[in-house]
Amino acid sequence: MPDFLGDPTVTLPVIFAALMGLSILIYVVLDGFDLGVGLLTPFGDAPQKDRMVASIGPFWDANETWLVMAVGLLLVAFPVAHGAILTALYLPVAVMLIGLILRGVAFEFRAKVPAPRKPLWNMAFFAGSLMTALSQGYMLGFYIMGLEHTLAAHLFSVLTGLALTAGFAFIGACWLILKTEGALQLSSIRWAQRSLVGVVLGLGAVSLATPLVSQRIWERWFTVPEFFLLAPLPLMSLAVIVALWLVLRRMHEMPDTLAWLPFAGASLLYILAFTGLAYSFYPFVVPDRMTIYDAAAAPESLLIILVGVLVVLPIIAGYSALAYYIFRGKAEDLRYD
Amino acid sequence: MELASDPFMLSRIQFAANITFHILFPTITIALGWVLVFFKWRYNRTGDTTWMDAYFFWVKIFALTFALGVVSGITMSFQFGTNWSGFMERVGNIAGPLLAYEIVTAFFLEAVFLGIMLFGFRRVPGWAHTGATVLVAVGTTMSAFWILVLNSWMHTPAGFEMRDGVAHVTSWWEVIFNPSMPYRLVHMLLASGLTVAFVLAGVSAIRWLIGDRGAEMRKTFRTGTIMGAALIPLQIYAGDLHGLNTLEHQPAKVAAMEGNWETRSHVPLLLFALPDEEARENRFEIGIPSGASLILEHSASGVVPGLNDFVAADGTVEHPPVAPVFWSFRIMVGTGMAMLLMSWAAVFLMRRGRGMEGLPRPMVWAFVPMAFSGWIATLAGWYTTEIGRQPWLVHGVLTTREAISDVPPAFVLSTLLAYLAVYVLLLVAYLGVVLFLARRAAQASAPDFPDPAPVKTRPATSPVQTVPGE
Repeated sequence: MPDFLGDPTVTLPVIFAALMGLSILIYVVLDGFDLGVGLLTPFGDAPQKDRMVASIGPFWDANETWLVMAVGLLLVAFPVAHGAILTALYLPVAVMLIGLILRGVAFEFRAKVPAPRKPLWNMAFFAGSLMTALSQGYMLGFYIMGLEHTLAAHLFSVLTGLALTAGFAFIGACWLILKTEGALQLSSIRWAQRSLVGVVLGLGAVSLATPLVSQRIWERWFTVPEFFLLAPLPLMSLAVIVALWLVLRRMHEMPDTLAWLPFAGASLLYILAFTGLAYSFYPFVVPDRMTIYDAAAAPESLLIILVGVLVVLPIIAGYSALAYYIFRGKAEDLRYD
Repeated sequence: MELASDPFMLSRIQFAANITFHILFPTITIALGWVLVFFKWRYNRTGDTTWMDAYFFWVKIFALTFALGVVSGITMSFQFGTNWSGFMERVGNIAGPLLAYEIVTAFFLEAVFLGIMLFGFRRVPGWAHTGATVLVAVGTTMSAFWILVLNSWMHTPAGFEMRDGVAHVTSWWEVIFNPSMPYRLVHMLLASGLTVAFVLAGVSAIRWLIGDRGAEMRKTFRTGTIMGAALIPLQIYAGDLHGLNTLEHQPAKVAAMEGNWETRSHVPLLLFALPDEEARENRFEIGIPSGASLILEHSASGVVPGLNDFVAADGTVEHPPVAPVFWSFRIMVGTGMAMLLMSWAAVFLMRRGRGMEGLPRPMVWAFVPMAFSGWIATLAGWYTTEIGRQPWLVHGVLTTREAISDVPPAFVLSTLLAYLAVYVLLLVAYLGVVLFLARRAAQASAPDFPDPAPVKTRPATSPVQTVPGE
C-alpha cells in the first residue's frame, strides 16, 4: 500500500465516496436533461418530437452509463451497503429499470418502426422517462428517510418523486433552449418557466421536510458552527433561482449566444442541491446505519480499482467532451448516412 | 403454488430470465461491431458503395440491438444487489474490480463512440468515423472479456484466500487468467461470430425470398455464409478443449452433460436418454459405445466420472440437476452440427461465382430459421455451463442458496412477471423491426418490386402490410 494514502482503510473509502458522489452528480445532470426532454415530448408536435429526441440522440447512452458507474462504484466499493440499499429499494428499483428499458429502446424503435406505430413508441418514450424520474425521486426520498417503511417515509418519497420529476423537466427544457431554435425554442422557454415553479416548490418542500424527518440532519443543519458553514448553500441556491427566473423572462429577446445560460444555471442549481444532500449524509452510506468505513471493500481491491479509475476517468472525460464538441450547435435531424 | 412462495427459486428464475434476455443482444453486437468494421474497411479499400449500403443497413440493426443490450445490462447490474446481495458480500473483493474495469474500459468507450458511429458520418472525417466504428467494436469485445473473466472465475476460482468468510485477492494475475478463462472467452467470442454469421445469412435469405436481388444483399449473404463456414470448425475444436477443461475442474458438470451415473470406462456417447434423478439412472438410452470415453479421454477404456461420486454420505446431492444440463448440451451440439452442414453446403454450392442462384430454393428457406441458430446454441451452451455449476454460485466457495437476499417472495414474483411481460413485448417488437427493415431494404433495391407503394405513404389507419402479394 503506497504511503501517501495514509491509513488506507480511512482514505480509500473517502476517495470512493467522493468518486461515487461525483458520478451521481454527473448522472443527474446529464441523464437529468435527457430524461427531462423525454418528459416534455408530449408537449411538442410530431416534427418537434423528432427534433427533441434528436437533441439527445447522440448523448443519452453515454449519459446513462454514469448511472452504471455510480451503482457500480457502490457495488464494488461498498458491497455491503449496495445489498442493504438495493434490497430496501427493491420495488422502486424495478420500476426505474422498466422505465429505463422502455425509454432506451423507444429511442430506437420510434425511429425504425412503420409510421403508424410511431405514436405508440413516442408514448413508451414518455412513459419510460416518467417512470424513471418518479422512481428515482422516490428512492431519493426514501433514502433520506433512512430506508424505513413508515407512512411518513412513503409520503415524503412521493413528494421527492414529484420534485425530481419537475427538476428533470426543468433541466431538459434548459437543454432544449440551448439546442433548438424558432418555435420549439420559445416553447422550451415557457416549459422552463413553468417547471421552475415546480422546482422551487419541490426544493422548498424537501428542504423544509428533510431536517424535520431526520433528527441527525436537524442537528447537522441547525447547530453552530455548522449552521454558518452550510448557510451559503441555500443562499446561493436562492440567488441562482432568482437569476434563472429573470433570465428566462427575458430569454426570448436575448441573443442566441446566451442560450447556454439557463442550462448552466440549472446545472449549478443541481450541484448546490447535491452538495447540500451529500453534506447532510456524510459519512453515512446507509443513513444512520452504516458509514462508508463500515461498508468499504478490502483496501487491496479498492486500490486496484482506483488505479484503473484514475487512469481511465480523464480519458472518458476527454472523449465525452469530444462527442459533445462533434455534436455541438443546434440539433439537426438524426441520420445514419 | 409452492413456487410462488419460494424467493430462492423465484430469484433464480428472475435472474435466468434477465440474463437470457440480455445475452441475446451482446451475442449479436460483439461480432456485428467487427462485421461493420469489415464493411467499412471494404468500402474504404474498394470505393464500392454497396459495402456502405450494407453498413447502413446493418448499423441500424446494430443500434437497435445495442440499445436492448444496454438497458437489459443495466437491469443485470442491479440484480446483484436486489436479489443476490450475498454474492457481493462474500466475493465482492474479486467481482467488484472486474465489474469496475468493465465499466471504465468498455461501457464508456462503446457508449460515447456509438453516438459518433451512428450519427457522425457527415460530421467527422471518414477516418474518424472508421475509428469510431473500430472503438465501438473494441468496447463490446472488452466488455465480453471482463464479464467472462468474472464468469469463469465463478466456475474455476483462483488467486484468492478466504479470510473471515470473505474472499481476498492474493494474485490478480491468477484471478484474471483463471483456469477456464481462455477457453470460455474464445468459446463465447466464436459463438458471437457464428450467431452474427447466421443472422447475416438469415436476414439476407428473407430479402432474397421476397424478391431482392441487390448486390448489397448478396454481399451480406456471402459474408455470413463464409464467416459461418470458417468459424464453425474452430468452434467445434474450441468447444472440445473447453469440455476437457471442465472435466478437469468441474467433473460433476461433465458427468451430467454425459448423463453418466457411475464412474467407469467404456462410457457411451448418449444420443438420447431420459435421465431419471429419482431412480438415478437413464431411461430409453441410445448411445455410441465408448463414445464419451473416446471424446473425453481419447481412449475407449478411458474412465469418465459418474454422478454418483457427487452424493454425500448423508445422501445430499452435490451435483447439478441432470436432465436440463444433459439436454441443453445436446441442443447446443445439434445446433452446431446444423450450422456446419448449412454453411459448408452453401459455400460449396455458391462456388466459382454461381452466387445465390446456385442454391436450391428450399435451402434459402432453411437459412431463415437458421438466423436463430446462434441464439439457440448460445443459450443452450450457457444453460449447460450455468446449471452445470449448481449447487454452487462460486464453485467450492459459495452456494447459490447462501447468496440470496432477504426479499419478500411477493415482491420477487411481481417484478418477475413485470420483467417477463416487458421482455416478451420487446422481443416481439425487435424481431418485427428487423423484419420490417429487411422488407423496406428489399423494396428499395428492387425496382420491379411487386408492391411498389412505399410504406411511409400508407394511411395511418391501415394495418401495416408490406409483404408483397399478401
